[in-house]
Amino acid sequence: MTNLLETLGKTTRASFAKIGRGTFFLIHTLTGLRDMLPRPNLLVRQMYSVGVLSFLIIVISGLFVGMVLGLQGYYILSDFGAEESLGVMVAASLVRELGPVVTALLFAGRAGSALTAEIGLMKATEQLSGMEMMAVDPVNRIISPRFLAGFLSMPLLAAMFSALGVMGGHLVGVGMLGVDDGAFWSQMQNNIDFKDDIINGVIKSVVFGFVVTWIALFEGYDAIPTAEGVSRATTRTVVNSAFAILGLDFILTALMFGDI
Amino acid sequence: MQHSTTQDTLVGLFVVTGIAALFYMALQVSNLGTYTGRDSYTVYAQFRNSGGLKVRSPVSMAGVRIGRVAAITLDRDSHESLVEMHIEAQYDNLPIDSSASIYTAGLLGEQYVSIEPGGSADYLQNKSRIDIVSSAIVLEQMIGKFMLNKAEGK
Repeated sequence: MTNLLETLGKTTRASFAKIGRGTFFLIHTLTGLRDMLPRPNLLVRQMYSVGVLSFLIIVISGLFVGMVLGLQGYYILSDFGAEESLGVMVAASLVRELGPVVTALLFAGRAGSALTAEIGLMKATEQLSGMEMMAVDPVNRIISPRFLAGFLSMPLLAAMFSALGVMGGHLVGVGMLGVDDGAFWSQMQNNIDFKDDIINGVIKSVVFGFVVTWIALFEGYDAIPTAEGVSRATTRTVVNSAFAILGLDFILTALMFGDI
Repeated sequence: MQHSTTQDTLVGLFVVTGIAALFYMALQVSNLGTYTGRDSYTVYAQFRNSGGLKVRSPVSMAGVRIGRVAAITLDRDSHESLVEMHIEAQYDNLPIDSSASIYTAGLLGEQYVSIEPGGSADYLQNKSRIDIVSSAIVLEQMIGKFMLNKAEGK
């Protein structure tokens, strides 16, 4: 019994301590952004590995998700004789939910895990301590550019995902299933609002980008510097990111669309 | 990782593609493209019942969309629905005795305001009011009436 209580207390304290470290880490990262301004090259390099290399998986997933939405939507809507609403259904589900959420999940798996592994390995091979020895702040030099790159890439990737998804839905709905082209677009444009739908979707993707990159970098930085520790940290990045994305998505959706 | 100009180019391409996707979303997918920046003028119509009409529902004449519903409020004195419509400025020659009706697109589609032109040579001005109106058809009321007539017929 005492043992159980002891373990419970220890785990609770440990998790609070981790949240505290994570918060300090975030503040450190954000202040480090200022030192990065004179060196845009660091950002470009990270944008390449975080953004450009995630491009292909996002584009292909977006296209296929849109095509599946087109097929599924058509079969349901045709029962009600409302095939013309296919455009609205595809665009609304992509722009509001699937675009930001699926992109963030893929982003956590593709870029987040890579970031954690990279930083964890840097820590394990004492590159970070080496930098500190040379009076270079590793957070400013290593973490901040990666953070900004993830934060900037995520909304762009989500926008590509949604745009490709709409094209995929159009391909299947209009190209294969014979929905009227004009009705597809006009219904979509009548019912998707720029402020309520597009901007809210972008806000979601910005929030997800912030959180996923933060979790990935912190897990790497906080990893136990062994092979096993890094592998655990990578797993934690993906799992915690998924929790954070889906939980935050509920909160954001309730705030944005709750009054409808 | 070696820094190279190829990388710069690819990152630039990536950012441009992302921004292009955002623009595509804004213009092709949402209503921003149909929001012509053109001026519009306001016309009011008062309906006994505006049914399922919503803000931003289309206002059309002869099947052509000429504006949008801007606001729907309850008139305090008459307890009727006051619908504020924004008509695009290029359609400034709607006769003053035009009539407004609320119709449904298809059997279960969304509701819209249809304006039938009258014969007057005077045109609707900004903030003027359409007097000849017919309310939305509420399906339940129609079914109720139909049942009542049936019952009385027997």
